[in-house]
Amino acid sequence: MSDETYPAGLRYHPEHDWVRVDGDEATFGVTWFAQEALGEVVYYDPPEVGATITAGEPYGELESVKAVSDIIAPASGEVTAVNDRVADAPDLVNSDPYGEGWLITVRMSDPAELDALMDEATYRAYLQGLAGPGSGA
Amino acid sequence: MSDLRRTALYDAHVAAGARIVDFAGWEMPVEYAGVRAEHLAVRSACGVFDVSHMGQIEVVGRGAREFLQGTLTNDITRIGPGQAQYTLLPDDDGGVIDDLLAYALLDRFLLVVNASNVGACVDRIMGLAPGGVEVLDRSPDVAMLALQGPMWAQALEPIASPEPFALQYMEATEAYVAGVPCLVARTGYTGEPGVEIMCDAADAPVVWDALMGTPARPDPVGLGARDTLRLEMGYPLYGNELSRERSPIPAGLKWACDLTRGGFPGALRMQGEVAQGTPERLVGLMLTEKGIPRGGCPVLVDGQPVGIVTSGTLSPSLGVGVGLAYLSTEHAASGTRLSVDVRGKPKAAEVVTLPMVDSSPRKEHYP
Repeated sequence: MSDETYPAGLRYHPEHDWVRVDGDEATFGVTWFAQEALGEVVYYDPPEVGATITAGEPYGELESVKAVSDIIAPASGEVTAVNDRVADAPDLVNSDPYGEGWLITVRMSDPAELDALMDEATYRAYLQGLAGPGSGA
Repeated sequence: MSDLRRTALYDAHVAAGARIVDFAGWEMPVEYAGVRAEHLAVRSACGVFDVSHMGQIEVVGRGAREFLQGTLTNDITRIGPGQAQYTLLPDDDGGVIDDLLAYALLDRFLLVVNASNVGACVDRIMGLAPGGVEVLDRSPDVAMLALQGPMWAQALEPIASPEPFALQYMEATEAYVAGVPCLVARTGYTGEPGVEIMCDAADAPVVWDALMGTPARPDPVGLGARDTLRLEMGYPLYGNELSRERSPIPAGLKWACDLTRGGFPGALRMQGEVAQGTPERLVGLMLTEKGIPRGGCPVLVDGQPVGIVTSGTLSPSLGVGVGLAYLSTEHAASGTRLSVDVRGKPKAAEVVTLPMVDSSPRKEHYP
């Protein structure tokens, strides 16, 4: 497992996805918070390369031993690559969520959608708001 | 969160890095290092589980044995002091109120029931108990630890007195563990050899710390691995495989129902089900492609539903998706190829014999 980090320079979606933007191309993954909440990831069901995905809709699934979690697209576009290494070793999502644990790359159809996403500081504040009061753990 | 209960070991779990979840009204550790690592530790070495959320009901008094003989499904006259038996508490229609272990002790019977069913079990048993038979819910005062895995004896040996290693499977004895008076039983729900240890809740941290400190270094194991371990063995879980909706017979638990004797609630129905065969049967499933079946997934043959998955996971031992499912009896034979509808995607699967993990001589399991 990795330490809690939210790198600057990424864009963050409320469903705990991150986006690394490179022109019209973007790389998607899930945040440290998401992998911590899910626990050890044992299965990644990715979309097909060439599939069209829609912002706010699920594009794949991550599963722990106990639970299934939809992965929500932070932006719309066409899938240009899938991280097969995560399909083979899903716990890369836990050990390196912003690096080796990336999930897909996308050619964005509407990069303006990124404006609705959060920067690192805003996402951290958002996470603070999610934490319930008096949590024992 | 404030109405959730904590076991006496809550602080120990937090200190050990547990992820805590709400389970049956309790804040319980679901995992520490991770479900897979904990599961494999129990299969290869040993681990310790806090199962203090489970219920302990004492049945005391003249006539207790006869009363339980007419209330539970198994033949309780087959166990004497220091012996345990897997049995079921049926409702009037033969549906399952709970599955449980009944211990015969010197002067009483002890029933260990599922956490989610303590209230229902106490109500049922108190409601049926005749005069002179006392039913006591001891759950709040009793802690229970399970030490499971092939290295269990090495973990217990340095701290147990007398050493309870002459015990056979499903036997129990009083012993001191780390100086604490305990009931130590050769029981468990993992398929591995081991013991379950009951003591006063106030003493549980002493026993826990002593077990963790022995040279065998057992891993703390959470409810996540408890579930995957029992699932690989095909052991039913109340709420998934067992409910009021079905009798124990389609779950394959005829062996725990003394139908030649009968005389307990639902026995006539169960006798009929055995004579005529049940329309469905609980089986093990293994996916033959990538994916994980989950409870509620339909099971299909030629696109037609033939059953439903009741429990599913990625088997840490086998590395494939496995599950338990109720299937139409005509599709329930081992080796039957079918598919599981995993959220709209059909995944190829096969009916497999239980237990799913190799049952070598060191392993212990229910018949």
